[in-house]
Amino acid sequence: MARALVNVPTKVKRGDVVEIKVLISHPMETGFRPDPNGKFYPRDILKSFACTYDSEHVFSAELFPAVSANPFLSFTVVATQTGVLTFSWTDDKDQTQVQTAKIEVE
Amino acid sequence: MKSAAPVGALALIAALGAFAALAQIAEADRKSGSAFMSAQTQQMQHDDGTNPGMLSALDGESLWKTKTGGADKSCADCHGEAQTSMKGVAARFPAFNEASQTPIDLQGRINLCRQDQQKDTPLAPESRDLLALSTFIGLQSRGMPTAPPDDQRLTPFRERGRALWSQRMGQLNFSCAQCHEDNWGKHLGSAPIPQAHANAYPIYRLEWQGMGSLQRRLRNCMSGVRAQAFPYGAQEFIELELYLAQRARGMPVETPGVRP
Ligand code: HEC
Ligand code: HEC
Repeated sequence: MARALVNVPTKVKRGDVVEIKVLISHPMETGFRPDPNGKFYPRDILKSFACTYDSEHVFSAELFPAVSANPFLSFTVVATQTGVLTFSWTDDKDQTQVQTAKIEVE
Repeated sequence: MKSAAPVGALALIAALGAFAALAQIAEADRKSGSAFMSAQTQQMQHDDGTNPGMLSALDGESLWKTKTGGADKSCADCHGEAQTSMKGVAARFPAFNEASQTPIDLQGRINLCRQDQQKDTPLAPESRDLLALSTFIGLQSRGMPTAPPDDQRLTPFRERGRALWSQRMGQLNFSCAQCHEDNWGKHLGSAPIPQAHANAYPIYRLEWQGMGSLQRRLRNCMSGVRAQAFPYGAQEFIELELYLAQRARGMPVETPGVRP
């Protein structure tokens, strides 16, 4: 399935507001685009995205057919403790992919 | 009813104004295509965390290490770390190929290894895998100057590329040079006309919602003037690529570029 580029600052101070950037490789096929024979390419999009910080839910998003291919998401979290950020995204077939990144708080 | 086509053509000619004699762009005036983009698109290209071309480069990196074909060999089995073995390689393509006695571009070179060394079927033009490998190899030259080889055997081919560059074509009867040399910086509809330097390919084009090769870009320009585009891999394209590399000599490689 899709691969992703996750950008998390590795070393931050406690209380810092840090920006997290995620770029996911995905065609985001809308289901409205005709192929050369006039039939529509079947819809194939990512429906949802979520991020947890250790076990706490810190961000989530719903995605729709109007979102461009290779969706780019950027959001901020407050660095409270050294821990693991877990990113997950789910497609139309309800397949979920997970990627993690460490964040070290001084 | 009158067709809209001639009206469109007239509007285009009017928009571009009268053409002066073909003037080559002075070295000091050369600008990469990225210089004509909005600040946002430039930012997107310059930040590896937002440049979607980096996803293709990552795909290329895993393909580089994947064994395939009758020889069951990966690119890395013969070439080792691409970071060293492929450094500067993309910057000097197209290059002369001894076996065929013709110039080949980077995609052609990759497919030669795929067929002769890996004993596998060639990757299709514009396929995800071929674009990914070219992007990954191109990335190893990023920041290095475009360095077309000083190889006498390339000269006749490059000269044919130069002739094509200034030859009018298509129903609109424009040459590449008329747009890219005489009218760069002006607009065609909402799109600024760049100088057509090929130093950022393969690119991620927002309009395509995906990656594309230089040949895909050139086919777009040809259909733009309603010319019959050469097929992928055509000798004419390699010749044009040779001439484009010559015009961009010394300009830093930006692969993977982002374009609007
Ligand atoms: C009618 C004007 C016109 C003609 C003729 C034309 N082009 Fe273009 N070309 C453009 C425009 C406009 C763009 C930029 C498109 C965009 O950004 O959407 C472009 C883009 C390019 C680029 C991409 C540059 C970059 O920075 O990515 C190259 C290379 C190029 N053209 C080469 C050619 C060649 C070779 C020919 C002749 C076969 C040609 N063009 C003919 C208008 C033209
Ligand atoms: C079995 C060994 C072998 C494998 C596997 C192999 N290559 Fe090669 N490759 C070579 C040899 C040998 C040359 C030099 C050929 C020549 O100069 O004629 C070469 C040349 C090249 C060049 C041109 C280098 C230059 O400096 O001009 C590129 C690019 C390249 N290979 C890419 C690839 C890629 C991409 C793959 C995997 C898809 C691959 N090769 C797989 C043996 C291999």
